[in-house]
Formats: sequence, structure tokens, C-alpha cells
Amino acid sequence: MNVMIKKNIATNELGFVFNPATGDSFSTNLTAATIIRLMKEGKSLNDIKRGLLDIYEADKTTIEKDLDEFVNTLKENNLLTA
Amino acid sequence: MNEEKRPLVIAVTGLNAIDSPGPGVAVVRAIREGITMPVRIIGLAYENLEPGIYMDSICDKTYQISYPAAGAEVLYNIIKGIHEKEHIDVIIPNFDAELYNFIAIAPRLKELGINSFLPDYEMFDARDKQNLYAFGQKHNLFVPEDKIIHSIDSLAMINEEYGYPIVVKGKYYEAVVAYTLEQAQKAFYKISAKWGLPIIVQQFINGTEINIAALGDGEGNAISIIPMRKMYITDKGKAWAGITLDDEAYLELARKFIAVTKWRGGFELEIMKTANNELYIMEINPRFPAWIYLSAGAGQNQPASLVKMAMGEKVEPFTTYDVGKLFIRYAWDMIVDVSKFQQFSAFGQL
Repeated sequence: MNVMIKKNIATNELGFVFNPATGDSFSTNLTAATIIRLMKEGKSLNDIKRGLLDIYEADKTTIEKDLDEFVNTLKENNLLTA
Repeated sequence: MNEEKRPLVIAVTGLNAIDSPGPGVAVVRAIREGITMPVRIIGLAYENLEPGIYMDSICDKTYQISYPAAGAEVLYNIIKGIHEKEHIDVIIPNFDAELYNFIAIAPRLKELGINSFLPDYEMFDARDKQNLYAFGQKHNLFVPEDKIIHSIDSLAMINEEYGYPIVVKGKYYEAVVAYTLEQAQKAFYKISAKWGLPIIVQQFINGTEINIAALGDGEGNAISIIPMRKMYITDKGKAWAGITLDDEAYLELARKFIAVTKWRGGFELEIMKTANNELYIMEINPRFPAWIYLSAGAGQNQPASLVKMAMGEKVEPFTTYDVGKLFIRYAWDMIVDVSKFQQFSAFGQL
């Protein structure tokens, strides 16, 4: 499944996220910044999960749960395409 | 002999850069940046403690003028007197309350050689707080329902219709969100004592507050539109920090307003964006907002463009601006010699 960040959302490698349509800005940690970057590159959620499993010493269930929660947070903050 | 070119002389009101600021200082700052030829700024102040009178690099000379209640004729005579000394090219009034008089005398000022770029009475009245709901109905725009009241007894009846909270507004300035009848009554007394009657009671709309500064050419075209979201709001509801936004819906709304009114000059739309993305027009201010310097910072210098249009120059509509540009207001204590204060207080000019 692909989750798309809205095209106009501005981000940087330090985890700053700016929504120019609403003026909202957010600071994320580096893991979240990496996830957002991968989403912007068009990676699927499965690709991102696999990438996170390679990087972090956590089990698949925990990674999936955390990623789902993060996607929901992005959705709630109006950062994803419909 | 080469005679040095005379500067463009621009008179500006609204120098009260206080916690509920007038736009004058921001307008002057934008003009000084955006007009390439030399300019001479004539400040027009009502009170002797308006900070813009004393700020460096804002006004070259400031004169005291009459309060709007003195009427258009008194104002005309004062401006004429100042013009005889200063040879004003353009005048930019920046207060809602003074605009009626300035619109009235604009043709006579023009005869003297003083240009302005103001809406006419029809445009001005259409967006008046007291006519705003009807204006919205006529042009299919979202505007909260309101009631114009002259007596405090009317508040109790409004409760039955709208429920609480409600917004209690003065005819020119100030708005209070009231959550109970007692709060509404207190607001009624406070605002009517300051700004007179009537009071406007408006349905409360929940959402995100967006402000749009725009400039119309008087022929239905938008020269500039800058939408901004307040990021920090003072207890008086004024923006202390804000950021420019990118959303076509805001631009479209401002274009529609300009097209239907053929608005001439600067104005500000105060919008509430609801959770359903409806854009409610809460208020339309018939002049530049105090945060107008952000328009220059974002690449669309509205005050400088207005000066050019007032001087008869054709200005092409701006097509882009910087999104995510912030303004952050600050307080700054000036040290002013009492002689300057004395000079302005005693002689009405500095």
C-alpha cells in the first residue's frame, strides 16, 4: 500500500515539516523524518517497514504498530493526500 | 542648472504602532522599500503619543489632524493647509473610522493635486459590518448571521436564536466572544461606551482564523492577494506573528470579492475556515491591515503598488509570492527627548 505525503508539504532532513496550506509546522524525530522522506520518494508502506526492520532492533509487530500510528498522525494533521 | 528632482510626497495616517496597531508604520516601511524614487513621508497623527511620529526613518514630518467626528470639512481644511506647505502627491488613510471623511473629500483633494486610491461609498458600505450578512447572501458567500442591536435588552432574545457563544462587535473596532448573557452584557457596555451604537452581535463560527490582505484596481482585478494565518494572537485578538499560506481557495475568495465590488485600494478579509473547509467571512476591513509589511516581505509590496496606481501608473497583477514567510512583531522602547513631545503637543507638528 502506498501512502502519499501531499506534494506541497515542505520538509527537511532535521525533521521540520511545514504545511503551506494551513501554516502548521511540526518537528519530528529523525526516524519520522526518514519515513516522510521515503514516502516522498514514493516508497510503499511495506518497503518502509522492511527498511525500518533493517535499521532498528525491534520486532515486526512493534515496527508495524508504530508505523501505523505515525501514518494516522500524518492523516490527522492533514499531511496525506486523500 | 540641474534642479534636483522633487521627492514623491506621501501622507499617511495610522501611526499608532501600539498593542492594537494602526497600519501606518508598516505602510510607510513598505513604501520606502518599494518606491525607487526619493519619497518624503508626511505623517498625519491624531494623538501626541503615536509612536510613528517619533520613529527614525518613518516620517520626515508629522502633523496633527482632527478626529473624524469633526467632519469632512474640517479635515479638508487641515489637509489643504498641510498641502500648501508640503505639496502632497498621494494620501493614504489607514483607519476605518476616518475613511468616510477621506472618501468624501477625495475629489476636492484631487483638484488640489493630492491623489488617493480609495473605494467609493457603494463599495465601502457593502462590506460594512452592518451590511455584511446581506452582502454575503447576495453574492453567495459564507457570512455568519448577525443582528444589529441598539439596546442591551435585545441580547436576551439573541441567545434564544443563536445560543452561546456569540460575538459582540463594535461598529468600527473590537470584538468579544461571550459565553454567557452576563459576558455579552459586559461586552455591550464596554464596546458601546468606546465606539457608540449600534452593536453587532454575530453568530460564533468555530475554526481556524485566516487573514487575507489584498489590493484591487477598481476595475474588478486583483493586483495582489496575500493570505496569512495568525500564529500568535494577543489578548486583543491582534496578530503578533503570522505566516503566509498557499491555498487557492483563499485567493479565489479574494478575487471574487474584488470582482463583485470592483474594490479600489487595499483591504483585509478576516476569514474563519471551518472543519468542513467552509470559508466564512467574519469581517472586511476597508484598508490595509497592520501586518501589511508582510506583503512586501513575501514579494508583493501592496502599499508601494497602491502609491503607483494612485499616481496613475498601470500596475500588473502579481502572480507569485513567498509561501511560509513569517512576520514576528516586537516591542521596542524608544528614548525620546521631551522637547520633541512638547513640540508636537504644543504646535501639532514635528
